[in-house]
Amino acid sequence: MAKKLMKGCEAVAEAAIQAGCHFFFGYPITPQNDIPEYMAARLPKVGGCFLQAESEVAAINMVYGAAASGARVMTSSSSPGVSLKQEGMSYLAGAELPCVVVNMVRGGPGLGSIQPSQGDYFQATRGGGHGDYHPIVLAPSSVQEAVDMMQDAFDLADVYRTPVMILADGIIGQMMEPVEFHESTSKRELPKKDWAATGWSPASGRPRAVVNSLYIEVDELQEMNDRLQARYKIIRETEAKAETYNTDGAEIIVCAYGTVARICKSAIAICEKKGVKVGLVRPITVWPFPEKQLKEVMDQPSVKKAITVEISAGQMVEDVRLTVNGAKPVEFFGKPGSYTPTAEEIAEYIMKSREA
Amino acid sequence: MQTVFKKTPVLTDAILHYCPGCGHGIVHRLVAEVIEELGIQDRTVAYVPVGCAVFGYKYFNVDSVEAAHGRAPAAATGTKRTDPNRVVFTYQGDGDLASIGAAEIVHAAHRGEKITTIFINNAIYGMTGGQMAPTTLVGQKTTTSPYGRDENHCGKPIRIAEMLATIEGSAYIERVAVNTPANIVKAKKAIKNAFECQLAGKGFSLVEVLSNCPTNWGMSPVESMEWLEKNMIPYYPLGVKKDITKEV
Amino acid sequence: MVKLTIDEGRCKGCGLCVRACPKKILELAKNKLNEKGYHPAQMMDIEACVACASCARTCPDAVITIEKE
Repeated sequence: MAKKLMKGCEAVAEAAIQAGCHFFFGYPITPQNDIPEYMAARLPKVGGCFLQAESEVAAINMVYGAAASGARVMTSSSSPGVSLKQEGMSYLAGAELPCVVVNMVRGGPGLGSIQPSQGDYFQATRGGGHGDYHPIVLAPSSVQEAVDMMQDAFDLADVYRTPVMILADGIIGQMMEPVEFHESTSKRELPKKDWAATGWSPASGRPRAVVNSLYIEVDELQEMNDRLQARYKIIRETEAKAETYNTDGAEIIVCAYGTVARICKSAIAICEKKGVKVGLVRPITVWPFPEKQLKEVMDQPSVKKAITVEISAGQMVEDVRLTVNGAKPVEFFGKPGSYTPTAEEIAEYIMKSREA
Repeated sequence: MQTVFKKTPVLTDAILHYCPGCGHGIVHRLVAEVIEELGIQDRTVAYVPVGCAVFGYKYFNVDSVEAAHGRAPAAATGTKRTDPNRVVFTYQGDGDLASIGAAEIVHAAHRGEKITTIFINNAIYGMTGGQMAPTTLVGQKTTTSPYGRDENHCGKPIRIAEMLATIEGSAYIERVAVNTPANIVKAKKAIKNAFECQLAGKGFSLVEVLSNCPTNWGMSPVESMEWLEKNMIPYYPLGVKKDITKEV
Repeated sequence: MVKLTIDEGRCKGCGLCVRACPKKILELAKNKLNEKGYHPAQMMDIEACVACASCARTCPDAVITIEKE
């Protein structure tokens, strides 16, 4: 298929539809309004349903209901709205329901800004709501990558019966880039949703469906948590993904995700010109964090330190430190709020850090 | 022998966890009987709340979903919109529906969502131990209004049926009570009308059921039914508040 | 002839059926406790029962079954 110039939000929405998502419940918030707008226009044409909810709280609970009935379903929002969805996220995780949630992250805390940010990393990767759970969190660094990961986002949700979050900074959502849509087919074996509440009678030939996250007996709640943790273990072992760039024999490893990782590539080129070899490890899944991939790169004798670059006060840097586990220094460069660093600023930090 | 009355199979055989004399059991049975009579067990999905009816999924013998506190109308919307052939009902108490879930119920009605809501108004938070609800009567003592509800401090109780009847999307709204056998028969008829309204695709339907809470009201079951009649019905008048199903 | 069966094990002795009965022929069995510790309802005079089912309709625990010749 020919390349098409598309805004990130619209491309994500189209990719979701092509991945078989015909139901969307959302609420307006900048900078992700193009997703519900696109869905509102397209879903009725493919026999699906777009509904503008009265709030983000309602939207995520509509997603809960649609998922409980076995539908492929999605919602999207931006930081303050995603905070409101956290209650629902916890229930989705507890009731073991699949869905996709897109967060086009903006600056915070509070109302913050409408400019891009990476300040929601903790919320996304640590669960965000109450209880011991993690959504799978995917972090695209280009519009094309966001498009390419939508099919697998829904498949991952179905396979592991978990919410999956697309954690994209507002730049990905608002930037136009050429994208290509490939025929979307699942690469995974998808389980039957025989647990879904679709209507039952004694003649149905399956147990009555009860979609629920309430386990009032200690043993039963333990069993549910054990089931989740066993699943998370498999996810950690098999689903972590990262891009490595220019890492062979590098002296410094930059770790960054999303749009910032692309800026880091330009910074690496600047350093290269100055004769300093810098590599990049870019987590594509931020939960599970690609520990193995990062560790392998950091274990190279040439590597002296890691520098994590984020549009935050330093969130992913904690995962980098946990991974490196004191073996080598891990530094942080970035600012909280919505300040996107330039390639020159990053390169300057790297060069100075080298002298220090 | 001819059977005059027996428990409907749309209620499971599980023993209800409710306190002795609690109206929840009566209303559960009425809903289940209506589902049986309409022959819709195999296409019904129940949404149960947070509150005393939190274990509703153990009793309604239909596919069931446990919703977050107050969110049942939104979650039920998710099921109804993805599969309009499902018959979807929510079963909610006054804390769940009239307090934390006020936005969700108003907007389900506002969208004319083709779902049915059974709203239990017993003027108190039962599950959490008898705290004040938005429907608690003025002067009524609860654990968080120990001197009686003071209208100057926290307002007068909210009349949900009347409020929702003002919303265009509401198709059938009625308030009933389960204090006497005669009122129980009327309550069942109202619940049936509400489900039939959904089946006919007319819009949002809700039955507010005035019920009792003997434990947290601090009364015997029989006294509580009398208290309901003397105190609740005068403030919450029974009857049909809106019905567009008979319009041509 | 009316046959009225009370599932005593499920009865919580709330007394709503006693209040509902127009013939006043139901009562709570004062000298009997079920497994849960409640005094279950009992029929005093089945001959007087008219099978109106007011008791069964009022019962929150669906413990009453009524059959009629």
